[in-house]
Amino acid sequence: MNIADYKGVWVFAEQRDGELQKVALELVGKGRQIADKLETELVAVLLGNKVDNLAKELLAYGADKVIYAEDEKLAHFTTDAYTKVICDLVNAKKPEVMLIGASFLGRDLGPRVAGRLSTGLTADCTGLDIEEGTNHLMMTRPAFGGNLMATIMCTENRPQMATVRPGVFDKLAKDEAKVDAAKIEKVAVSLGAEDLRVKVLEVVKLAKQVADIGEAEILVSGGRGVGSKENFAMLQELADVLGGTVSGSRAAIENGWIDHALQVGQTGKTVRPKLYFAVGISGAIQHLAGMQDSDYIIAINKDADCSMMKVADLGLVGDFSKVIPELIAQIQSYK
Amino acid sequence: MKIVVCLKQVPDTNQVKIDPVTGTLIREGVPSIINPEDKHALEEALRLKDENGAHVTIVTMGPPQAEAALREAMAMGADEAILVTDRAFAGADTLATSHALAGALKKLEYDLVLAGRQAIDGDTAQVGPEIAEHLSLPQVTYVQKVEVAGDALKVTKALENGYEVVEIPMPCVLTAIKELNEPRYMDARNIFQIFKKEVKIWSADDIDVDKALLGLKGSPTKVKKSWPKENKGKGEVVNMSAKEAAAFAAAKLKEKHYI
Repeated sequence: MNIADYKGVWVFAEQRDGELQKVALELVGKGRQIADKLETELVAVLLGNKVDNLAKELLAYGADKVIYAEDEKLAHFTTDAYTKVICDLVNAKKPEVMLIGASFLGRDLGPRVAGRLSTGLTADCTGLDIEEGTNHLMMTRPAFGGNLMATIMCTENRPQMATVRPGVFDKLAKDEAKVDAAKIEKVAVSLGAEDLRVKVLEVVKLAKQVADIGEAEILVSGGRGVGSKENFAMLQELADVLGGTVSGSRAAIENGWIDHALQVGQTGKTVRPKLYFAVGISGAIQHLAGMQDSDYIIAINKDADCSMMKVADLGLVGDFSKVIPELIAQIQSYK
Repeated sequence: MKIVVCLKQVPDTNQVKIDPVTGTLIREGVPSIINPEDKHALEEALRLKDENGAHVTIVTMGPPQAEAALREAMAMGADEAILVTDRAFAGADTLATSHALAGALKKLEYDLVLAGRQAIDGDTAQVGPEIAEHLSLPQVTYVQKVEVAGDALKVTKALENGYEVVEIPMPCVLTAIKELNEPRYMDARNIFQIFKKEVKIWSADDIDVDKALLGLKGSPTKVKKSWPKENKGKGEVVNMSAKEAAAFAAAKLKEKHYI
């Protein structure tokens, strides 16, 4: 392998049911930075059927070019077909970097592609940069259950592949002026029976079920200070706008304000969400033990000196029943 | 049916602590366990065996002490155990690991290969699909339900917002998540028997693989550096009007990409 033959940054533009996934645009945003540092082009690779509009969207969000493989057999993701198309394109065009969203789909596809190309793949990256001097990709990810961070490199093989955690990087502002049909390259695909071994029988979308708070990425938790079952509706509303789940301290459960399955703490569940709201929770040690490893903690409490304020990344001193409605309005204004 | 389950012995990462002075992992005294999702893979193999009859072989790549994980798996009901161990495997990343395991699988007969989706010490979810690729087998990952349908399997695969049901011909590779089943405990009768049972030890010479693909040499990725996740800085506490506090918090949420 002659590394110098490999040029350009590729991002896999994940679509489902003809809709671009958020992570696809986030990859275009981060890929743009990486490509600019390398002074090379940013290519979005789109697989699907009759999704020309998505190809244009990728250009509007910052891709220099879109390679669009259109086939009815690519309308819905299957590992074999997508792997075949992507690997054939990589072998023909030789990109130096290939980024894929670390969604369920991306984490199925990524290793299959890396295996076929005999190259390295770094999973679930939260940081990407270019090493000065060598121009190798530096891929940073959490390891050991989040206890460590590690920077991984793939210096001898190309493409350098990474799956990237959704929600970490920003998409760029949309600019319709960048849309130009000439930048969309449609490619033909040839798929044989060996690429269509798995048959999709049924796809079922589920509304969010009663949550397992141990799995939730965002928790809005309430304690004694919430005061009533009715007041928990306000917490539920905040959880809804954030795409999160309501939970509570022992006091909230013992007062019958929420289901016992939603209890955080030593006698409840240990949680480690990305975002934890502690509303009217003073922070008994048993409760702290169940949530203090959360990535980001926001406390809302009348008592500026309570234990929770010392654990929180951000403490808002005040009456939650006034702060939360304002906060919901603010969050909606960002959307 | 012949089923091979790939499993890994891992440190229980829930119990790993960081030395506050040196910033390194304290591994001493941390118990080794069978990787949780691999246990679900094994349970599914044993369930298929209970219901339809099957021969269940477990394979692990690891140091000699990984034998303990194989003995535990045999006490749960696996029929045969193979420990693939060799200094030549040291320093393997996911790709090199998958070549070693695929090399072992090439020496075995199977209709179905099961593994956990990912191991808790790496969380990469790569080895299963990479094994499938080296063996040219179809795969389904994130498996939450398996039904036998003649020569094929009807498999339910989890998605972020639901699931899909697919049909996959055998032989094939499936990777398990915890929704698949509830692993059984070791059978007390087996616990006494397992130390009499043989664990086969295979070296790099016993598997079917190009040795250039193994270990550090066969690993395209290298860890450049690692460091403990930074401790939280001191938080900030603000005392403002409800409106100001909400605006301040919302700006933080935006900055941190929560909204």
